[in-house]
Amino acid sequence: MIKFQNVSFAYEKGRPVLRDLSFSIARGEAVGLIGANGAGKSTVMKLLLGLLFGEGRILVDGTEVSKANLAVIRRKLGFVLQNSDNQMFMPTVYEDMIFGPLNYGLSREETERRVDAVLARLGLTELKHRYNHKISGGEKRMAAIATVLAMEPEAILMDEPSSALDPCNRRIVINTIRDLTQTKLITSHDLDMILDTCTRVLLLSGGRLVADGPAEEILRDRALLEANRMELPLSLAGRR
Amino acid sequence: MNKMEKALYELSEMDELAARSSPIHRLHPAAKLLSTIAYIVVTVSFDKYDLSGLVPMLLWPVLLFQLSGIPVRTCFYKLRIVLPLVMAVGLFNPLFDRRIVLQLGTLAVSGGVISMLTLMLKGLLCLMASFLLMATTPIDKLCAALRMWHVPKLLVTLLLLTYRYVGVMTGELAVMTEAYHLRAPGQKGIHISAWGSFLGQLLLRSMDRAQELYASMLLRGYHEHFHYAPVRPFALKDALYAALSISAFLLLRYVHVAALLGKVIVR
Repeated sequence: MIKFQNVSFAYEKGRPVLRDLSFSIARGEAVGLIGANGAGKSTVMKLLLGLLFGEGRILVDGTEVSKANLAVIRRKLGFVLQNSDNQMFMPTVYEDMIFGPLNYGLSREETERRVDAVLARLGLTELKHRYNHKISGGEKRMAAIATVLAMEPEAILMDEPSSALDPCNRRIVINTIRDLTQTKLITSHDLDMILDTCTRVLLLSGGRLVADGPAEEILRDRALLEANRMELPLSLAGRR
Repeated sequence: MNKMEKALYELSEMDELAARSSPIHRLHPAAKLLSTIAYIVVTVSFDKYDLSGLVPMLLWPVLLFQLSGIPVRTCFYKLRIVLPLVMAVGLFNPLFDRRIVLQLGTLAVSGGVISMLTLMLKGLLCLMASFLLMATTPIDKLCAALRMWHVPKLLVTLLLLTYRYVGVMTGELAVMTEAYHLRAPGQKGIHISAWGSFLGQLLLRSMDRAQELYASMLLRGYHEHFHYAPVRPFALKDALYAALSISAFLLLRYVHVAALLGKVIVR
């Protein structure tokens, strides 16, 4: 579904953020992308979404990420931003949810059907006509996920989906992510959340892929994590 | 909640006012837009000394406040920052135009005073009309109406995004103001020495957020075309509303209602 082939990228000449990165993600896989601050996680997302362009090849479902293919690529990928305020820019949840489907040429009726189905699935029906500035952070995060699901993407990318949430809302978001059947690529420092939602982990450090394997295996490797400025998830560290 | 957060909240409240339901809210946005533009043009066209002719123009906003259920005090509360600026227009007229044009018993009123009051009233009426339009019509429906009139897509998109981005900028200002005051307790406002860096940061932060918002739009298929809220077809009642209101404005403009009333009372 997603393939990175020898991808390199630098914001400034001589200071590469990603170096010769190669990996692939199969359809339906749930992958956690972890790494310390500045490891290049967000850059990977931006390259995949065609917000940045670097060297090497990136393929989404066989289509190369290039300026000419952006519409096709973005239709396949849904992105949940870290800051839901930046994702929810319309006055109401409903208006935000219809934004994507209408842009992709769906009729009002089909869009309405999708919106209702997604809201019902996530248990958010009562949020439909609420104003974005009047809903809580947790509700906003769920609504942001709903806006992406309404587009029915083949893969969902999430940037720190559990950040700034209280334990209860965090659990709701985690359960929601676990129930999603699409291909998932999630970046986060919340390793417990990654452990709960992903089967595979990619560990980035200094712009290179230093580990790629089952989440249970990588997230239990204290030495590997600590060598890359990370810690064992609390649930595995025996501190809970 | 600091002042900026309050401003942001109030801005968002305009969307809620516009989403209410009333006979005025249910009118076609193009009809409301047309009558508001006509009202403003007619109001502005009154002669600077024609205060008594202008006063009956108050009837229209008063009627709209009644029919839409929008409280008058909400209007004045939301316009409290702009109103003094509008009121300041013509403040110096009494100094320049001292010709006596009206004698009220022993009180001589100069042309400057009359023109100042006329200008103030004109400003107030135009602001009220604009407020009523915004408070009874969601911005995307207004934009849809503008597109119906074939106003260029770029201009309409600019209008819509400006309206949305004002909120983003105010939000950033709220965060920065709070951060400033937490480290400058007891200080009123922002010290002049910090204005430069404060404004610079505000610009950079707003641009940053605007970029993120725009990226979010692009990722959801936006390609310079907004799908505005569906607007029902222009009906007979909309045409009647526009025609009647414009006729009323013209009537008030060319028939001096105040003078007529005066004559009736004198008889």
